[in-house]
Amino acid sequence: MDAATATLEHHHDPSTATGIPNKKLLLWAFLASDCMFFGTLISSHLVYRQHPPPGNPIATQVFDIELTSFSTFILLMSSLMMALAVNAIQRGKVKSMRTSLLTTAGFGLIFLGCQAWEFWHFVYEKHLTITNCIFGSTFFTLTGTHGTHVAIGVLWLLSMYAYSFKKGFGERNAVDVESMGLYWHFVDIVWIVIFTAVYLLEYVYPVAH
Amino acid sequence: MAEALVKSDFIGKEEPAGVRPFTLLRRPTARTGLVAWLTTVDHKKIGVMYGFFAVVFFLLGGIEALIIRTQLIVPNNHFVSAHFYSELFTMHGTTMIFLAVMPLNAAFFNLLVPLQIGARDVAFPRLNAFSLWVFVAGAVILNAGWFLKAGAPAAGWFGYAPLTSRTFTPDISADLWTVGLQVLGVSSIVASLNFITTIINLRAPGMTMMRVPVFTWMALITSFLLILAMPSIAIALVEVIFDRHFGTNFFEVSNGGQPILWQHLFWIFGHPEVYILILPAMGYVSEILPTFSRKPLFGYPVIVFSGALIGFIGFGVWSHHMFTTGMGVVATSAFALATMAIAVPTGVKIFNWIGTIWGGHLRMRTPMLFALGFIWMFMIGGFSGIMHSAAPADSQQHNSYFVVAHFHYVLIGGSLFGLLAAIYYWFPKFFGRMVNEFWGKVSFWIIFVGFNATFFPMHFLGLNGMPRRTWTYDANMGWSTGNLVSSLGAYLLGLGILIYFLVLIWSRFKGARAGPDPWDARTLEWSIPSPPPEYNFAVTPTVHARDAWWYEKHHPEELAREHAAHAGDEAAHGGIHMPDQSWYPLFAAAGLLAAGLCFANYNLTGSLIGLGLLLVSVYLWALEGPGGYHLHPEEPADQAKHQAGPFSPFV
Repeated sequence: MDAATATLEHHHDPSTATGIPNKKLLLWAFLASDCMFFGTLISSHLVYRQHPPPGNPIATQVFDIELTSFSTFILLMSSLMMALAVNAIQRGKVKSMRTSLLTTAGFGLIFLGCQAWEFWHFVYEKHLTITNCIFGSTFFTLTGTHGTHVAIGVLWLLSMYAYSFKKGFGERNAVDVESMGLYWHFVDIVWIVIFTAVYLLEYVYPVAH
Repeated sequence: MAEALVKSDFIGKEEPAGVRPFTLLRRPTARTGLVAWLTTVDHKKIGVMYGFFAVVFFLLGGIEALIIRTQLIVPNNHFVSAHFYSELFTMHGTTMIFLAVMPLNAAFFNLLVPLQIGARDVAFPRLNAFSLWVFVAGAVILNAGWFLKAGAPAAGWFGYAPLTSRTFTPDISADLWTVGLQVLGVSSIVASLNFITTIINLRAPGMTMMRVPVFTWMALITSFLLILAMPSIAIALVEVIFDRHFGTNFFEVSNGGQPILWQHLFWIFGHPEVYILILPAMGYVSEILPTFSRKPLFGYPVIVFSGALIGFIGFGVWSHHMFTTGMGVVATSAFALATMAIAVPTGVKIFNWIGTIWGGHLRMRTPMLFALGFIWMFMIGGFSGIMHSAAPADSQQHNSYFVVAHFHYVLIGGSLFGLLAAIYYWFPKFFGRMVNEFWGKVSFWIIFVGFNATFFPMHFLGLNGMPRRTWTYDANMGWSTGNLVSSLGAYLLGLGILIYFLVLIWSRFKGARAGPDPWDARTLEWSIPSPPPEYNFAVTPTVHARDAWWYEKHHPEELAREHAAHAGDEAAHGGIHMPDQSWYPLFAAAGLLAAGLCFANYNLTGSLIGLGLLLVSVYLWALEGPGGYHLHPEEPADQAKHQAGPFSPFV
């Protein structure tokens, strides 16, 4: 089998009516659903942002935008590594895929570490908690839900890494890795929206208190 | 095409030779008995179990309704306490929607979708079992309150904030409600993802989207509504749960929270939910009317696109539940207009059904009676719905018994009549017995009269000012006669439902044997034996026309030649590939049940243990793989084992 037909195979599954692998279609539908989960959370945050009660903190005085920009960049780079992992397994290169998977998971862990530090910093130094104001409630619930998604993604990546040592793992598992990649890219894209709507918006268009 | 043909039964990925998947527990192989049902991945068995649990909860919700009507039968009644009354109407609504109508529809999705598209199972058989058991877990959590000191949830099926806050509901009944609904949401979303994949990807060769039977189309649209609407209530519930458990401020007015947000999020889910309940019923009657009119469905593409349009507009009308909250002129007008617009595709469907029976050779069998009753009763519900769309009129009707009358006409006259028609229509297919026609018709007329006697007076009660959810009323309000008639009607309706299900049980054991195609029907499920064998189709069908089985009946030689050729192809590829049974969907759902119950009881350790069981089950599930074995329906040994079908212990 030459490289051209091998690539073609990954985009066409002859056993389904559409040629799309079942697993991939399920994941696309799930991501549509997940859009609505995040959409609801982001809406809750934005709606409450417009109506700050007295004593609501001023977001820009809480945020540490340099750190968040750094972790955003790291998460974006993890998507690049994820794409390389999918590309490697589609060409049957398991070892190369493993390296890329580990890097992706590592970048994900750096992002989570930044978020953990950010939460700690907000709670203990800026006195912003999930209970003491509505901004804290919406902010921690939204970013916490995203962090949970990243954590599940990291767990999935590491599980796939471990699974890749199983006998018989190879090019035929490309759809498994690709489906995981779809999830990872989605979580990344959602972060871009959150970074814009929750963080950057406060600098461009602050709410009158 | 040839490869697709032989592989269209293929579920999952074949392991390369010499690689054994890791299985902690040996995969169950029991074909009968408890283990067979607990570990099954067969869509027909799962459908039957969905139906069984749904009917149990339907009867429970019905008993709750009868107690409500008994309380209201005379003025100043003290048959039940005010708080128990609140529990009753809360659990009646929640049960009927989430534990009766939705799972009954899920039962039919399971039973019919793979058969109608010519598939041998759903795309993810174990995930399907998981949906079933998670539904059972959610139902248990929701109803656990009846057996606890806290009592059952009592904040209404809409659970408006801040009724569900710890200030107003300090006991755990609200936690059981929020966690129970959350778990049911998991079940709905997972099942819908499975059906979307199944309908798009597992269609038999030749079954183009515009040849897919209307019921399956409605299942597809309903599934999309579910995956897009459920997240809204899921997040709203998360916000309530966080408010109650972790002290957040989402609906805490003193700290900047706004209870109106709950209403918006709830109805962004709640209005599509209305269509989630009614679209499958539209699917049933779109199958039943052509069969008993002996004509093809009139305007198939228009019916399909109207369904899609209803689903689409259904996301843009939620605020008509909130006209009295003072949203402002622009928002109110926009939602009023969208609500009027959604009546158009619904009306189009009604005209198409009338067009279907117009000039047909009508056969008035029991399913047909329920289907015709559906059209009429659903129209009445639709008319009062259009009345609500006018915001000024709605502000008079809001929160009154007029609304109760409206949505019972839509949900009983619509959804339930559709389901009752469907149960009698497809019963012979899955149990191999005909339903007794005389007693079936008796049950129809009692249900029809009882239903109208119960709910028609409520229109007048509502316009005369009787508020919803009222525990009792005074004799001088002028509501006594209406309530008396309504309550007596409810007993009649209850009697009709009782007869309906007794007839089913009788027919299950004593009914006349049904052949494969007792109604002379049109879609593929009637081309296979009743009850269907485990593998559904001995040979994957090829579809040449919209009413695939009707075409097959009228082109027997052509189809016989095709079948013979395909049977040869399939045998050459090792026979029919069937998925293996599994324990893990059940275990994963048990983990979720434990986690949910503990979490609702503020026991964090217990819920973490439950989540741990879920996680371990998911890993073992992934590692054991889809598995599978091959069947050869033409071989006598396999025939003896499997031809009798999944319900052989009963047949």
